[in-house]
Amino acid sequence: MSQSHRINGGQIDRSKTLHFTFDGLPYQGHPGDTLASALLANGVRLMGRSFKYHRPRGPISSGSEEPNALVELRTDGRQEPNTRATVAELYDGLTANSQNRWPSLRFDAMGINDKLSTFFAAGFYYKTFMWPKSFWEKLYEPIIRRAAGLGSVTREEDPDGYDKGFLHCDLLVIGAGPAGLMAALTAGRAGKRVILADEDFRMGGRLNAETFAVGDSQGADWAAATVAELSSLPNVRLMTRTTVVGAFDHGIYSAVERVSDHLPTPAAGKPRQILWRIYSAKAILAGGATERPIAFENNDRPGIMMAGSLRAYANRWGVKVGERIAVFTNNDDGIRTAQDLKAKGVDVVAVIDSREGGDLLPGIRHLQGAEVIDTSGKLGLTSITIRQANGRSESIAVDALGVSGGWNPNVNIHSHHRSRPVYDAAIAAFVPGKDGPPGLLVAGAAAGQMSTHAALRTGRDAAIAALDLTTGPDLPQAEDAPVRITPLWHVAYGKGRAWIDQQNDVTVKDVKLAKQENFTSVEHLKRYTTLGMATDQGKTGNVIGLAVMAELTGRSIPETGTTIYRPPYTPVAMGTLAGRSRGREFKPFRLTPSHHWAKEQGAIFVEVGNWLRTQWVPKAGETEWRQSVDREVLATRKSVGICDVTTLGKIDIQGTDAGAFLDKVYANTFSTLAVGKCRYGLMLREDGIVFDDGTTARMGEHEYVMTTTTANAVTVFRHLEFCRQVLWPEMDVQLISTTEAWAQFSVAGPNARNLLAKVVDQDISDTAFPYMGAGNITVGGLRARLFRISFSGELAYEIAVPTRYGDALLREMLAKGAEYDPIVYGTEALGVMRIEKGHVAGGELNGQSTALNMGLGKMVSKKKDSIGMVLSQREGLTDETGYRLVGVKPVDPQAKLTAGSHFLEKGAGPVAANDGGWLTSKVYSPHLGCDIALGYLKAGDKKIGQRMRIVNLLAGLDTEVEIISPHMFDPEGERLRG
Amino acid sequence: MIIHHPILGPRDAQEFVYLGDASLIDRPDGMTAGVEAFHDYLYNRTNPAGEHQELWYHEQGDRSWLVVTRNTVTHEITKVELARDVARARGRTK
Repeated sequence: MSQSHRINGGQIDRSKTLHFTFDGLPYQGHPGDTLASALLANGVRLMGRSFKYHRPRGPISSGSEEPNALVELRTDGRQEPNTRATVAELYDGLTANSQNRWPSLRFDAMGINDKLSTFFAAGFYYKTFMWPKSFWEKLYEPIIRRAAGLGSVTREEDPDGYDKGFLHCDLLVIGAGPAGLMAALTAGRAGKRVILADEDFRMGGRLNAETFAVGDSQGADWAAATVAELSSLPNVRLMTRTTVVGAFDHGIYSAVERVSDHLPTPAAGKPRQILWRIYSAKAILAGGATERPIAFENNDRPGIMMAGSLRAYANRWGVKVGERIAVFTNNDDGIRTAQDLKAKGVDVVAVIDSREGGDLLPGIRHLQGAEVIDTSGKLGLTSITIRQANGRSESIAVDALGVSGGWNPNVNIHSHHRSRPVYDAAIAAFVPGKDGPPGLLVAGAAAGQMSTHAALRTGRDAAIAALDLTTGPDLPQAEDAPVRITPLWHVAYGKGRAWIDQQNDVTVKDVKLAKQENFTSVEHLKRYTTLGMATDQGKTGNVIGLAVMAELTGRSIPETGTTIYRPPYTPVAMGTLAGRSRGREFKPFRLTPSHHWAKEQGAIFVEVGNWLRTQWVPKAGETEWRQSVDREVLATRKSVGICDVTTLGKIDIQGTDAGAFLDKVYANTFSTLAVGKCRYGLMLREDGIVFDDGTTARMGEHEYVMTTTTANAVTVFRHLEFCRQVLWPEMDVQLISTTEAWAQFSVAGPNARNLLAKVVDQDISDTAFPYMGAGNITVGGLRARLFRISFSGELAYEIAVPTRYGDALLREMLAKGAEYDPIVYGTEALGVMRIEKGHVAGGELNGQSTALNMGLGKMVSKKKDSIGMVLSQREGLTDETGYRLVGVKPVDPQAKLTAGSHFLEKGAGPVAANDGGWLTSKVYSPHLGCDIALGYLKAGDKKIGQRMRIVNLLAGLDTEVEIISPHMFDPEGERLRG
Repeated sequence: MIIHHPILGPRDAQEFVYLGDASLIDRPDGMTAGVEAFHDYLYNRTNPAGEHQELWYHEQGDRSWLVVTRNTVTHEITKVELARDVARARGRTK
């Protein structure tokens, strides 16, 4: 039957019918419905199975606090698990499926867990699945994960987009109930920039769920009129479907806007959700309150829900959850549910009021001093058993039960900076405590102000106080009923399980067990029983759990205290946190000046930090990377090769103290460097470990150009600024990073000079431009820089032109130097040549090694103060038997080496005590015709010429090697001086 | 967090890089101080729960090093100065 439980009234658009399916069956609803309200309207109460015991469950709430009615919404790549049916807005074509059940929701094989509940009490996993240890990963965990748990995650890519945004305001109002609307109205009319955010798709908060009058109108109508006025104000931004999920420092709040979740698919160009960062001068938390249940035996059957939610479904959505309804309450608010439902023509069978005395309700069977002690109904409530004041028990046939244990102010956001809420006995609930986020005020029910009048008043007054206003709007007439409650946390009668936290299947018995095992602190209680974890974070269960613990331990509720609330207030999808940072857009790529040329050649690229560098450039017929790399190396050493080295950091250093400054930041001396020359520089960290290396050229009396490694370009610049501004603030020295300003190419090989001579305008003969020379030159009239430096061990130069001419320069060199058969080589060939020469790079500059380790100990000058000089001389770093850089080649030229392998003496067992060090970098050397490697070997400088073993148990490697000098190719350096 | 840059006004902390305790300003002279003094300088920190002076670098801004006085318990920032000014006031020169 279609919408059998729909009754009159409500804020739904009955002129339109929406079609949707749940577990494959078709249903109908209306715009304004949530998935839960539409299912309830169709008489569907069973919506899920519980986490641990697989108990049949229906919704207990009508909001974001819902622990039970979790579904898998949508299909394919858009499938989202653990969606609360109570806040999922209905749209035409919506598809939802129940989760955590097999084979079906009505018959769930894992329901056996419920019969075995004795074994699944709190701490069960900790105690049971400990032995044998090896069983955990292979056996226990997969079984537990399948049996317990929530929805399933799709393996398909999410087709939707997510975005991030930034907003600024004078006042952020969190929640658009009576308090939030009044606060926004007060600030809005005063001309302040206001953001009003509410998680619901309709503003008004509880006013939409109540029959109260505000002024001359129904509360919902007053809310709509107030929203209309606010939306006419240009200084007010209204954000529905927007949950403020966290309070951060200095008035910053994060909020998730569900832009498209109420649509079948996002509109073209629109994201699914936006994560907002809201910068507020002041903020008001008007987040309302959440009703809490009372624990009694079998209180978790579908059809049992919060009394205020029964009322909300009737008043806002025109839905009666059952035909025969009872209410179990310990406070006056539960009475409202009975009255509202009766007024709607629903059969209210009884009000079970745990309180004694007072006036009896007219026209309703009002049992005072009574309690619900048990319920029955396999897949949904069919009857309740009550115990009357005189001790008599009675069974009453009902199909819905509203429960009210009181209302908890939603203090969460106020507690995000560790402010502990305080217990207010007058309303039997925690209210915001001291030291909340600076600038955040609390109003309305969130502040424990539970009447409509108090909400309106405190909302207005909070805005006045926050913004230093003198007046605000007149307050409309509204109900101002006091809270009358006699706390009842759980019913003592009954031997069965009474649920406290329905999402995690935590019962009163589990709290008792936790107490028995001395987990009495609330933080221990939470971890031991899982109370308050998972998607709902205990919004309905936490306070009862700690109150039961207080009762058991004989402590007061304030003494027992609450756990800490942390962001996010409600679950946030990972995609929302990622925003656009996924796939190709995860981070930006930086392209080198030769990128387009290399792409034309079909080059292979490698990510180096954010850079994409050419790794090698295959030629026709080359099928394997080594063919290309070997060719590039051989061609360079035979004639000439060109490599784009733009990615190296470049820093211009100028000022009368530039030389003195370099003496401070480099371990070796630069103030003595002649103008027009370069020098290799070694930079230490203050702890004496090598930080970076590179060449620095003196271009003028007070002008140097530093190069850094690609990886450290940013951190070296940061460090130099620190030295300049903080350590030596009176030095006359200026810095600027020019990494992006200059395209730089290494031109290496015996014909490097011949090739360059064809493109540069100056004489670059050995006499005019000797080894380690540097200077400003021109290329066809264009300003350029030339450095005669070599990383490859060849006669080599680095030539730099303004970046936008980099591509042209490369093409020019290849064209004009064609007679020398120049090739372009990538990072692989670069690596081969530097290892053949014994130059250190990433594997050796590993953040653990000293200059001494690298065989560069003599570079650390002790005649001057420099960063790291003192601590590099520490005892532990100057050990004679410490690691030294060595070269390695296998005795059998066919043998393969692997970087990361360890040195062992012949005959020594492969245990840590025998470890001699490790290989840092390894390549195949086409010149030596075998694998070669660099490595750190203990006392390696004394072991040159010896034989050792290289062992790698993971790679199955155990081979004899010869320890050689790291300078494996042209050790005398004749080629680079050529 | 928002850092009130003495030159540029309120800026989001995301624009900055954090280094640590502002005691890093007080680097000993390597020609006179020994390993012990440098060890204290580099490794020993007071780690207060409360007011803390610390170095922040405006990397995605004007490259200023700043000394930020921040309460480590509440994150309240009570003072922001150019580190160069603080260093000069503490007698650092060349």
